[in-house]
Amino acid sequence: MGNHTATIERVQTKKPLVGFVHSIETFGSVDGPGIRYVVFLQGCRMRCEFCHNPDTWNIGVGDEMTVDEILNDAIRYKAFWGKKGGITVSGGEALVQIDFVLALFKKAKTMGINTCLDTCGQPFTYKEPFFSKFAELMKVTDVSLVDIKHIDSEQHRRLTGFNNETVLAMIQYMSEHNYHMWIRHVLVPERTDYDDYLRDLGHYIHTLNAIDKVEVLPYHTMGVKKYTELGIDYPLEGIEPPSADRVKNAERLLDTVAYRGYAS
Amino acid sequence: MKQLEKETMPACWEGFQPGDWMDGINVRDFISHNLNQYDGNESFLAGPTAATTTLNDQLLALKKKEREVGGVLEADNNVVSSITSHGPGYLNKDLETIVGLQTDKPLKRAFMPEGGIRMAEDALKAYGFETDPEMHKIFTHYRKTHNQGVFDAYTPDMRAARHYKIVTGLPDAYGRGRLVSDFPRIAIYGIDRLMAAKLDDWNNIGDGEMTDSVIQLREEVNDQWKALKQMKQMAASYGFDIGRPAENAQEAIQWIYFGYLAAVKTQNGAAMSVGRIDTVIDAYIQRDLNRGLITEEQAQEYIDHLVMKLRMVRFIRTTEYNSLFSGDPIWATLSLAGIGTDGRHHVTKTAFRFLKTLDNMGAAPEPNITLLWDDKLPEGFKRYATEVSIKSSTIQYENDELMRNEWGTDYYGIACCVSAQPIADGMQYFGARANLAKTVLYAINGGKDELAGAQVGPNYEPITSEYIDYDEFMQKFDKMMDWLADVYVNALNTIHYMHDKYYYEAAQLALKDTVLDRTFATGISGLSHAVDSISAIKYGHVRIIRNEDGLAVDYAVDNNDFPRYGNNDDRADDIAKWLVKTFFTKMNKHHLYRGAKLSTSVLTITSNVVYGKNTGTTPNGRKAGEPFSPGANPAYGAEHNGALASLLSTAKIPYHYARDGISNTFGVTPNTLGHDDEARKDTLVNMVDGYMENNGMHLNINVFNKSTLIDAQKHPEEYPTLTVRVSGYCVYFADLTKEQQDDVIARTFFETM
Repeated sequence: MGNHTATIERVQTKKPLVGFVHSIETFGSVDGPGIRYVVFLQGCRMRCEFCHNPDTWNIGVGDEMTVDEILNDAIRYKAFWGKKGGITVSGGEALVQIDFVLALFKKAKTMGINTCLDTCGQPFTYKEPFFSKFAELMKVTDVSLVDIKHIDSEQHRRLTGFNNETVLAMIQYMSEHNYHMWIRHVLVPERTDYDDYLRDLGHYIHTLNAIDKVEVLPYHTMGVKKYTELGIDYPLEGIEPPSADRVKNAERLLDTVAYRGYAS
Repeated sequence: MKQLEKETMPACWEGFQPGDWMDGINVRDFISHNLNQYDGNESFLAGPTAATTTLNDQLLALKKKEREVGGVLEADNNVVSSITSHGPGYLNKDLETIVGLQTDKPLKRAFMPEGGIRMAEDALKAYGFETDPEMHKIFTHYRKTHNQGVFDAYTPDMRAARHYKIVTGLPDAYGRGRLVSDFPRIAIYGIDRLMAAKLDDWNNIGDGEMTDSVIQLREEVNDQWKALKQMKQMAASYGFDIGRPAENAQEAIQWIYFGYLAAVKTQNGAAMSVGRIDTVIDAYIQRDLNRGLITEEQAQEYIDHLVMKLRMVRFIRTTEYNSLFSGDPIWATLSLAGIGTDGRHHVTKTAFRFLKTLDNMGAAPEPNITLLWDDKLPEGFKRYATEVSIKSSTIQYENDELMRNEWGTDYYGIACCVSAQPIADGMQYFGARANLAKTVLYAINGGKDELAGAQVGPNYEPITSEYIDYDEFMQKFDKMMDWLADVYVNALNTIHYMHDKYYYEAAQLALKDTVLDRTFATGISGLSHAVDSISAIKYGHVRIIRNEDGLAVDYAVDNNDFPRYGNNDDRADDIAKWLVKTFFTKMNKHHLYRGAKLSTSVLTITSNVVYGKNTGTTPNGRKAGEPFSPGANPAYGAEHNGALASLLSTAKIPYHYARDGISNTFGVTPNTLGHDDEARKDTLVNMVDGYMENNGMHLNINVFNKSTLIDAQKHPEEYPTLTVRVSGYCVYFADLTKEQQDDVIARTFFETM
């Protein structure tokens, strides 16, 4: 009798863990290795000037979904994943909902699903309880896509609202533990597209371990419409996408051809 | 005696592995003994020879001229096309390694009145030509055509269904096409032996009692024998003796092409398939290479020149026909690769060589290259094929395992756009499409046409309430489908009876077995709109808006979040499965001509535009006149869960009930596939593998940016060879009508930010 009451209490107090989901893309082919089922989580504290998804900024809103709901849906696309594909959690900023991502990846690994974390690293900290969760998350993450928005901390703050110390600390941690990473860098004229910054970034990446790929992502203006819809001023008004030559230049300075781990 | 034959192998067969194929006509057995599997990549391939480039430039110049003069360079008006009607014709005799034209001049169109004299005359008129009065007299006074036969027998119901376009595209005025001949027979055996075999068959038809079917078949096989004889005469006019088997690769390709040429000289079918010739040609090429007779450059040149010939086949069509099937398609469908029933893949170097033609001579719609795909095909081939897809958007992919299992043979080819057909002993009666979206509207309006107001279907009670009750609708819809199945199948019975009588395909059927399994093809158009409309009625609470005559002409949906086909949502997808199965079953209870077995398709080619034009507003929100989505694609704008969810919805339609094909046209921007070429190829390979693993049947893949198409519409002269895949075939974008171009641009393109 006593046990029975306890069970009821436990059921009543245990709220299922949910993630706040902005949207799902079943056909992600640029969000990690192979074809990927991409979960875009809601919420991000950074305010990157070039962000093309400002509708994912708000925290604590979006569709509530459980780990099982997501995985039961994702697994329907397994046949498309081939040898490399799987699921990717992106955002917003995925680490804002680290409890959920951890639960999702743990369960995914039991199902043999390849996991990929797309993060800009802003929420990273060695403080508890975050750090233990992060360390555990890394053990169930096959590869991380890490954005370095700017190599210069002051410029990083100007571009995103935060300096880059937490980002680099996270990358350092991953590098020390040989956790596989793809480094991505958005090339924005008048913000990041300067040879000296790019050269610094290139040098920095060279010091890291387990970098499978380095990608230059040319800034584009396809997000402008969303700003208009949301009634937010567009911060990069008047800035055009970089030329193909500048993209090549950035690829050269970041030595992108040297990182081929993703192909194996 | 058999033993003796094998010991004294004739010179033409020396170097081949012996087998049953030597004792009787059996190309499949030849392939299984002489298959040269190739597991490598494309690095061995050769570029175009100087001759190829010169010839191709000549052809491109002619095509440019053809487009400039409005579509047709020259047309016969007083010579009825037959296998032997024209003397030899050349593009450039000194440079061509494979020869033969439909008429005596390149791109000159033949006069083919036997399907219907009016159609032939209208087609000439559409391009400013006049029919010779003598010809008019012959085909109206002395010689009845297929078209006349059909209309002499059609019932008023059939005429109405046709007139109001609930059934469209019926082959009642031109060739029905869709036969895949076993062309390699000519190369391996020579015409003399094929004639002897047909004579044996003829002697063996019937037990003396002259029933209708015995009389019919004896007459037909006699015609086949004569057609073979004419093929020999035609080849002789080019200086070749195809009575004997081919002795080398060049002859083998030439012999095969003469067979194809006989087909397109005698029939103007909507689809004139090339079939499956890659492995046989490869055996001949490999034997010549082994003997040191030719180089890879020469081998590629033969293939290039064959493909160039296939790119030159033309028919003259009416304006109405062109609005259904734009861009002069002839569906010279060429099937490559596949897996044998013994588990061996059929990828040879020659499959690569055929793909290489798109590189050597530029992209072109014909031949309609179809890959019989299986995840077990070698990686090198899969990657090369997807590379060609990304560059040229000219390839379609079909699920080999699905078709092999359903048809019970690995020796099948793709007829027309999408449908499989056993090559040696199968044939198909082509059957257009019935408009199920319009049928939804007929059910609501009690058989009245929603655009014309005329009573076309049976005069059942219409829905009279403000909101549509789902159960009431389904009862009415069920009855309306019964009527449609009845009128549609019986119109086709009429057509095929008359076609056999007045426009029999003697040449094409001479290159198949005498005793055939026949398929009675039918088709469905407007599937996505019918499904979403039914879902709207079931889940969305649909209110009818009527005009002053009480005809339902518009709809308002209270809850617009009703499930839509294309989101991998079973609530909608189950309706699609149910609808295909139900309509198939209703058609299947009818008598089918010559004991044929029913099959149906969900594919529309470019006709989705015309079907949409002739269909009123549908309850799913599609406005009157707006194009349907093509084939089995979801409705425009219905997809909310991305590309793979959309593909999985299509993949659920059961192939067993739609063995004539379930077409999906997939458009994607390069950047959505990946940031570099290797990633893009990876993505496409995985995507096609995944689709087929889920039993997806067919996939057209277009890779380009929407902005490219918009620019090409404005500046067609800058994109003369921009080729797009539309449901089941490939077409130059510039050859589409403005409406069809808009439709292609509007089609769902999957793109990421």
